[in-house]
Amino acid sequence: MRKECLKKWTASVMAAVLLGGCLAGCGNKDAEGDSDTVTLTNVSYDPTREFYEAYNRIFAEHYEEETGKAVEVTQSHGGSGSQARSVIEGNEADVVTLALAHDITLIEEAGLIEPGWLEEFEGNSAPYTSTIVFLVRNGNEKGISDWDDLIKEGVEVITPDPKSSGGACWNFLAAWYYADQKFGGDEAKMKDFAASLYDNVLVMDSGARGATTTFVENGQGDVLVAWENEALLAMQEYPDEFELVTPSISIQAEPSVAVVDENADKNGTQEAAKEYLSFLYTQEAQRLAGENFYRPTDEAVLQEFGDVFDLSVKLCTIDDFGGWDQAYADFFADDTIFDEIYNQ
Amino acid sequence: MAGKKQQGKRVLPGFGMTMGITVAMLSLLILIPLASILTYSFRLSLSEFWELIARPNVRQAFLTSTGCAFLAAVINCVFGLNLAWILVRYDFPGRRLMDAMIELPFALPTSVAGITLSRMYSDQGVLGQFLQKMGIKASYSKVGIVIAMVFIGIPFVVRALQPVLEKLPESLEEASEMLGASRMYTFRRVILPELTPALLTGFGLALARGIGEYGSVIYISGNSEKAGTQVVSYIIMQKLNSGSVDYEGAAAIALVLLVVSFVLLLLVSIVQIAAGRRTKG
Repeated sequence: MRKECLKKWTASVMAAVLLGGCLAGCGNKDAEGDSDTVTLTNVSYDPTREFYEAYNRIFAEHYEEETGKAVEVTQSHGGSGSQARSVIEGNEADVVTLALAHDITLIEEAGLIEPGWLEEFEGNSAPYTSTIVFLVRNGNEKGISDWDDLIKEGVEVITPDPKSSGGACWNFLAAWYYADQKFGGDEAKMKDFAASLYDNVLVMDSGARGATTTFVENGQGDVLVAWENEALLAMQEYPDEFELVTPSISIQAEPSVAVVDENADKNGTQEAAKEYLSFLYTQEAQRLAGENFYRPTDEAVLQEFGDVFDLSVKLCTIDDFGGWDQAYADFFADDTIFDEIYNQ
Repeated sequence: MAGKKQQGKRVLPGFGMTMGITVAMLSLLILIPLASILTYSFRLSLSEFWELIARPNVRQAFLTSTGCAFLAAVINCVFGLNLAWILVRYDFPGRRLMDAMIELPFALPTSVAGITLSRMYSDQGVLGQFLQKMGIKASYSKVGIVIAMVFIGIPFVVRALQPVLEKLPESLEEASEMLGASRMYTFRRVILPELTPALLTGFGLALARGIGEYGSVIYISGNSEKAGTQVVSYIIMQKLNSGSVDYEGAAAIALVLLVVSFVLLLLVSIVQIAAGRRTKG
């Protein structure tokens, strides 16, 4: 009797495991779609939601005109780093439009994107750019006009943690570049500058959206160091509550785009995906980017937005730091410059 | 009848099937993911592993997480007992509504709770401004972390206590009073010992939840290394979100977190068994 029981038991275990396996197998979506409708999945990051909603509409019109096929774009938004991870771990994105080239490099290293994607589209595959600016409360009581003012005593700064937020690394690098210009490359003085800046940081959130909430909603701090597009969006949502201050020196942030070759080839969407990204460079799309507070890369369109963006700011790029990987290794890896100045 | 010891064939049918499903689900949902944490963290050499765990920010985060979760669980035991008591022992208008509300912290996405709490308890917030006047900084400090952990942990204690309280015969208290015990004495020596095992269950669950909590804590804690307000789950996310995705490091810290939680829960169980023996004996 005991034997029979054991047999039954084993059979049941196997049945359950098989059932589990079936359920997991059913999750695989059918690659073949309706031939008249192309479905694209665009995995993006948080602040692009409104932009891509509008862009998907004009792209669908354009694509139908060109090819006679309808196109449906599924959007996904989240923190740039975790979005990149989701693609690596199996989220079937046809294209990625993320905050940092580095996040796309991670997907490339996982073998899903072919090398050379950075040169595939113009301007390091960044169809629109942004920069780091300051958002201050109306009246600008502490008189903040440049990076220098952030290290004054009594100024409370809100900026996210560069150890957990890729976006926050740009804030640090922009400040570092300012110090570099000011002290003529004297590293000891630059570190002191960065140390006193981060001494004034009141709350260090885990991401850019969290920092914006802390400053805007919870009323913490005197100045938010933020991406220009986020700052302009906050000003639009809360008119007359904030002022935007563009420092004399900042960094050109390049949110890059790429086709996820492996998935696009499998889904048969390689061509549509390419068209989706190159259409971002047309004047129509560039204007849309400008309206959503991203700096268009098309020079003519950029000039149209001269009253929105301060075009006189001196911008460095990530290349001044030897590329993103180098910058990360030099500044933000454990026990490098950021740890050093923060724990001074 | 079901509790009767049996020889040979079981009285209740379906043991094979239910056990099979249990084992399969346990493996799919718990054992395999846990095993993958193990294999990931074992990719680090022992010295790398140790170096990572011994880093000041990691050690501090463990102290913060366990300390705040412990405090929050203690607070939850006091308030949870009080809450369960009024819900079970008294009838008043709105009792059912209040009873239903207990589970809200489970239903609410934790980040929503975190953002709301951080706003309410900031020095400009509805509640935070009064605390500020008393010199207490709630949001962006350890106080804030404890508040968030109390919020997410309270249902565990209430729900663990309720059924036990309901079954507690009133005759016990009556007998105690008849024998001349004061009310306080009755509570301490008659009611509390009966409740202790359930209270410890709730304490353990709330503690475990608090130690691993991420969403509701990170918005209110301020995540300052200097102020010691980074929790362990935040350090793990740092490893995954930052420029170099470090699965091994994240898994290694998660492994230590698991071990710490396991040991704490084991201690709670031991105390629980001892307490159970005392009341039965």
